[in-house]
Amino acid sequence: MPPAFDTSQLGHARFQNYWLDQAYDEMFESEAVPRPHYAALHELLLELPLAEMRHRKQAADISFLHQGITFTVYGREEGTERIFPHDLLPRIITSAEWEPIERGLTQRIVALNLFLRDIYGDERCLRDGVVPREIVYSCKHFRRQMRELTVPKNIYITVVGTDLIRLSDGSFVVLEDNLRVPSGVSYMLTSRQVMKRIFPELFRTAGIRPIDHYSEALLATLRAVAPDGRPDPNIVLLTPGVYNSAYFEHAFLARQMGIELVEGRDLAVHDNIVYMRTTAGLRRVDVIYRRVDDDYVDPLAFRSDSTLGVAGLFNAYRSGNVTLANALGTGVADDKALYAYVPKIIKYFLNEDPVLANVETFLCSDRLQREHVLERLDQYVVKAVGESGGYGMLMGPYSTAAEREEFRARIQADPRNYIAQPTLEFSRAPCFLDGHVEPRHVDLRPYILYGDKITIVPGGLTRVALKRGSLVVNSSQGGGSKDTWVLY
Amino acid sequence: MLSRVADNLYWMSRYLERAEHTARLMGVHLNLMLEHDLQPADRRWPRVWASLGSKEPLEGDDPFDVTQQHALSQIVGSIAAARENARQVREQISSEVWEEINRLFHESRRIGTAELFRSQPFDLVVAVTQSAHLFTGITDSTMLHGEGWQFIQAGRFIERVLQIARLIDAHFAEFFKSGAEPMNASEHIEWIGLLRSCTAFEAYCKVYTAELRPERVAEFLLLNAEFPHSVRFGADRLERALEAVQQGTARKSDRLGKLAGRLTAALSYTPLEEITSDLHEFSATIRRLCGQIHNGLYQVYISYPVEAAFAV
Repeated sequence: MPPAFDTSQLGHARFQNYWLDQAYDEMFESEAVPRPHYAALHELLLELPLAEMRHRKQAADISFLHQGITFTVYGREEGTERIFPHDLLPRIITSAEWEPIERGLTQRIVALNLFLRDIYGDERCLRDGVVPREIVYSCKHFRRQMRELTVPKNIYITVVGTDLIRLSDGSFVVLEDNLRVPSGVSYMLTSRQVMKRIFPELFRTAGIRPIDHYSEALLATLRAVAPDGRPDPNIVLLTPGVYNSAYFEHAFLARQMGIELVEGRDLAVHDNIVYMRTTAGLRRVDVIYRRVDDDYVDPLAFRSDSTLGVAGLFNAYRSGNVTLANALGTGVADDKALYAYVPKIIKYFLNEDPVLANVETFLCSDRLQREHVLERLDQYVVKAVGESGGYGMLMGPYSTAAEREEFRARIQADPRNYIAQPTLEFSRAPCFLDGHVEPRHVDLRPYILYGDKITIVPGGLTRVALKRGSLVVNSSQGGGSKDTWVLY
Repeated sequence: MLSRVADNLYWMSRYLERAEHTARLMGVHLNLMLEHDLQPADRRWPRVWASLGSKEPLEGDDPFDVTQQHALSQIVGSIAAARENARQVREQISSEVWEEINRLFHESRRIGTAELFRSQPFDLVVAVTQSAHLFTGITDSTMLHGEGWQFIQAGRFIERVLQIARLIDAHFAEFFKSGAEPMNASEHIEWIGLLRSCTAFEAYCKVYTAELRPERVAEFLLLNAEFPHSVRFGADRLERALEAVQQGTARKSDRLGKLAGRLTAALSYTPLEEITSDLHEFSATIRRLCGQIHNGLYQVYISYPVEAAFAV
C-alpha cells in the first residue's frame, strides 16, 4: 500500500488511512486537494466530530433496518435475510460527467434493442457478418420461440441496468449490460430518502437532481408497452415469491407504483388471455413486469419443472394479449461474449461511433484469443458468460495456482462459456468505515427505461466493494451501496 | 384484492387466535394442577387433548409432559404459521401489524424452548395472550377497515367459535349434572377453569354473580350476545365480516349467506333447555356449520375454478 496521507498537513486524523495511487479517486485531485464538486462534503468531513459521524451512520442503519431493506443470501442458511450494507458518504457526479453517460447509454440501449429485434426477425446483422451466428445461437439465453414474434412498439428491453466503471484516466466505460431482470433500483430510491435526513445541509446547497420520479416513469413505461386496444391496462409485477433475494424490491416497487404484486399461482390463462384471481373474480392482466427469469415463466414453453410461472402464459404472449417486460430472450444481448460485439452493433444499426467504450475483451471461443489468455491467466479476470452476481469468476492477479489450473481446465472444456478482461484499476470513492474515511472501489449502475421515450433517472446505484482491496461489488459477495448524486 | 392475499390474511389471523386459545387453556390447566390435582391425571388429559382438537390420545409415559409438549408445539407452530402468512403479504398489512407479529415470533422462539417452558411455562402464556390482544388492537386501529381487515375478522372469529364450541363440549361431557344436584369443591374449581379458559370468569360474575350453575355457564359461553369470547358473539362478527366481503367484492353467494344465517339463528333462537339436553349434538352442529362456511368462503373467493368464474 502506498504511504498514507500526511495527516499533519491535513490537520485531521479523519483521513489518516486514506491513500491515492494510479486508480482514479472520486474525491481527491491530489493529496488533500478535493475536486471542486466534493469540496463541500470534504469540508463537512473535516468539521463533523467523530461522535456526530457515528451518530449519523447509526441513524442511517436504523432507518434501513426498520424499513426492512434487506436481501437474501443464497447458499447459506435457508433464506438468510440481511440488511443491505450501505455507506454513509455519497458518490457525486457532475453535470458534465453525466451528460456523455446519459447520451452513451441511450445510444447503446437503442442499438441493442434494434439488434434483438433483428436476430429474432430478419437476421440482417447475422447475414452481414456483424455478429457471428454461432455466438448468437449458442447463447443459452437465445430463445428460438421468440423468432418471428412481434412485441409491442418493438421494444424488447423495457428496463435496463448497465454497469459502468471509471478508469484511471477518469473516463467511464461499460462493464456489462443487464437486460433480463436488473435489480437494485429500490436501494437507489430508499437510500436517497435516508440520505436526505442524514445530510440535509449538503442537500440544501449542492443542487442535486431528484430521482423520486423513477416509479412513476416505470409505470408510464410499462403502460406504453401495453397491447394495442387496451387503453387502461392492468399492470402487475410478477415475483418468484418471498424467498427470492430481491423480494423486498418487488414489494417496494409494486407499492410505489400502486400495482398488484402477483406470484405465478395468482395468474391463470384462459383462451390465451391472462387473468389474476381476485376475491371479486378473475381480472384481466395486460402487462406483466416480470421479475422471473425466462426459463421459469411458463412450464409449458420452457422449464417444465418450474412452479413459479404460469401455464399457457407464453401462448397468451404470442397471441399479443399480454405484454411481458422485459421481453423473453433479451439475455442474448447481455451475454458476456456478445458484449465484445456491442461497439460493432452500435456502428451497424445507428451508424454512429459508441459514446461509451467497452472494456477490452478476449473471447475464449476464438483459438488465438484463448491461447493468449491461457498464457496469462494471472493477469486477467475470467468470467463465465452466462453468470451474474459475481459468481463463476477468476480474479487472475489475486488467484492461487490451483484456482488458475481449475479455470484452465474449465476454459478448455467449454471455451464458448468464458471471456477474459484485463484487471482494471477502477475508481475509488471515500467511505466512512470504523471511524475513518478510506477509499474503496466503486462502480455505477444507472437504470434505463425504454417506453414511448428513453428515461434515465440521474445517477443510479453506486455499488462499493467494502472489503479492503476487493474489486467485487456484488451485494451477494460483500459489496454495499452508496447514494449517487448527479449535480445540476 | 388478490385471492392469495385474502387467504394469507385469513390464516394469519386464524393461527394467531389458535395460539392464543391454546396458550390460555394451557395456562389454566397448569394452574389448576399446581395446587393439588383434584382430578386424576388419566381423566384430565384426554379432556384437554380433545379440546385441543387431538382425535387420538397422545402417546407417552407422562401425560403431563406429553400434553405440555403438544400444547407448546401447537402454540409455537401456530405463531410461526401466522408470521409466515403475514410475511407474504407484508405490503398489504400495516407495518405496525407486521412488527408485532414478528416480535411475538422471535419472543416465542426464545421462551418456547423445552427447558425454559418447563421451568417458566407462564412466561409463554402471558407473552402470547398479551401479544394477541395487541394484535387485535393494532389491526383495528392501524388498518383500513376494508376487505383485507374483514378477512382478518372472519379468520379470527371462525377460529374462536370452533375452539370454544369444542372446549365446552369436552367439559360438559365430563362435568355436566342437570338440575339442582349440588356441586362439590373440586367440580367448582373445574367450572371456574372453564370460564377462565375463555377469559370469561369476571364477565360471568358481572352477569350472574359468582354463583356457578352449569346451565348459566352454558348460556353465557354459548349464547351471550355481548361477551367477545362467546360463541354467539363470534358467530355474529363472522356473519358481519362475510356480509362486508360480499358487498365489497360484489360477489354474492346465497349459500354462504344462508350458512352464516343458520349459524347465528341456531345461537339466537334455540332454547337453552334444548341445548343442554344434548350439548354434544349442538356443539357438533356449530362446528359443522363453521366447516361449511370455511369451504364456502374458499369456493366463492379464493380457490374457485377458473371455468366457474366465467359462468358467474
